[in-house]
Amino acid sequence: MALLEIDNLHLAMRSFDGEAQVLNGITLSVDKGEVWGLVGETGCGKSVTGLSVARLLASPPARYFGGAIRFDGQDLMQADEATMRRLRGRRIGMIFQDPTTNLNPVFRIGEQMIDVALHAGATDPAILGLAPGASSRARRRAARSLAIRMLDRVGIPKASERVDDYPHQFSGGMRQRVLIAMALIGKPDLLIADEPTTALDVSVQAQILQLLYDLVGEERLAVLLITHNLGVVAQICSHVAVMYAGNIVETGDVRAVFKRPAHPYTTALLAAVPTVHSVRGALQDLPGAVPDLIHPPSGCRFAPRCRLATPACTQALPAPVRLGPQHSVFCHAVTEVA
Amino acid sequence: MSLEIIGLSKRYGHGVVALNDVSLHLRQGECFGLIGESGSGKTTLTRCILGLEPPSSGRILFDGVDIARLGAAAMRRMRARIQIVFQDPYASLNPRMSAHDIIAEPMIIHRATLGLDHRAQTDRVVELLGLVGLGAQHLSRYPHEFSGGQRQRIGIARALAVNPELLILDEPTSALDVSVQAQVLNLLHSIQQRLGLTYLFITHDLGVVRMVADRVALIHHGRIVEQGDTAQVFAGPTTDYGRMLLAAMPEPDPDLSPYRRPGSPQA
Repeated sequence: MALLEIDNLHLAMRSFDGEAQVLNGITLSVDKGEVWGLVGETGCGKSVTGLSVARLLASPPARYFGGAIRFDGQDLMQADEATMRRLRGRRIGMIFQDPTTNLNPVFRIGEQMIDVALHAGATDPAILGLAPGASSRARRRAARSLAIRMLDRVGIPKASERVDDYPHQFSGGMRQRVLIAMALIGKPDLLIADEPTTALDVSVQAQILQLLYDLVGEERLAVLLITHNLGVVAQICSHVAVMYAGNIVETGDVRAVFKRPAHPYTTALLAAVPTVHSVRGALQDLPGAVPDLIHPPSGCRFAPRCRLATPACTQALPAPVRLGPQHSVFCHAVTEVA
Repeated sequence: MSLEIIGLSKRYGHGVVALNDVSLHLRQGECFGLIGESGSGKTTLTRCILGLEPPSSGRILFDGVDIARLGAAAMRRMRARIQIVFQDPYASLNPRMSAHDIIAEPMIIHRATLGLDHRAQTDRVVELLGLVGLGAQHLSRYPHEFSGGQRQRIGIARALAVNPELLILDEPTSALDVSVQAQVLNLLHSIQQRLGLTYLFITHDLGVVRMVADRVALIHHGRIVEQGDTAQVFAGPTTDYGRMLLAAMPEPDPDLSPYRRPGSPQA
């Protein structure tokens, strides 16, 4: 059994115009030491998938109407808020896109990290290296030294001095490191990283990717990396799931999916990325627009834009077709070929 | 059209040096890529070229005329020849103006130069919409009714409205999804072919600039650290910064990743 198992998850979100069918049966499992890239274009549902795992979507407007999320065997859809609070910041860490808005500007970063450390220590005193029942002063002191160790771990120079700085005293890349340090303070088993490098320069991005890579190697961390940057996925992920309009359309180990993409959407997405071989003015684009999720197309949601679509495609959602030990595609056209 | 920047420096108070002895030469009809990370000075350079910031020293010659020495009226005429497309099409279009009004506005500002009356302006707006792949049915729509890619098309149409010779493209696709980026890059290329424009393409996306630019310059801490033909610079950067930056470019190919673990799946 994998660490995280998302099984046929369905989610609708209430909006002024009606209820949008945001997730249409997501199945995904992430194990320790695996880095899963969740890719797709704006509005495909990748961020809400990450937020759903941490149960951070308010309900309403969110409404889950099917499926399950199991973390280490525990059904998170049935978990109450108290249970989730014990998991978040402890066994499930999260990093969000914009490091400038995710730190409180009026508190020193050490203060913000100590909060997380104390919270994680309340569930598991071993995190602070203390026996149960330690005094609050001892816990605070241990939390502070843990915060310094984590800052050092993510490569903040002079961590013992910087711990008392305010967020504005850090650059964007440094703030993202602080957020990673904060997410890792509870020694999580699963890290959900939602566009962790999108707001950063490429040179800083490379440092953050190196850091993630090292952490996965050393701590056997499981990572769910949400991004629209296919370059980042190719670099750092062991596996990838391609999403379109609330469905996973192709999933597998990253090399199989990038080298032998089978779904027409994956193919189109990869072809749209400029490479050494791209010809100016002849970059392959994808005609049409993403569907309205309040009235989603029936059957395969990609069918209206698909060059391989047949009438059968609008009849039913495609079942997974296995192409390799770890490579599946959800496409009627592929079934017919195989 | 030729744009020659000679020894341009820009200093602000508190000893901040935003641009330090920058020299560039843009040739007629080329696409020149300017690559820089945040804080490198690329935006300051743009603002100097547009006459929005006076340089501290150095010259910006547009067809031999020093932009920094132009009077207000002459600068206004000059701006019709240099236009800009901004990064974020969600922020750069006025939400209370229709597509028609957004695209026609530069024609009103530069009426003295263009001499278009009201009706001729509307005809020109329709023509421009066609040029960027939209149509007359979009005239009275507002920005919120358009997708990101369509909005950037409107931004391009607006920049083209006054028949510029030089188009500054300031990260024109970095707010867009990759498939939409492909459409906009293709569109920019076909427009350049048809109108013979010169592009100054500013970006931090190395994959994009490698494809679109004839020549590139790398700017770092306000200095041009590397400059040359695109293929040449990408094949053999000569500075440490250039090598570091190009090595950090994430190629969409798992086999080129520096982070592959031994024993990871082989396809």
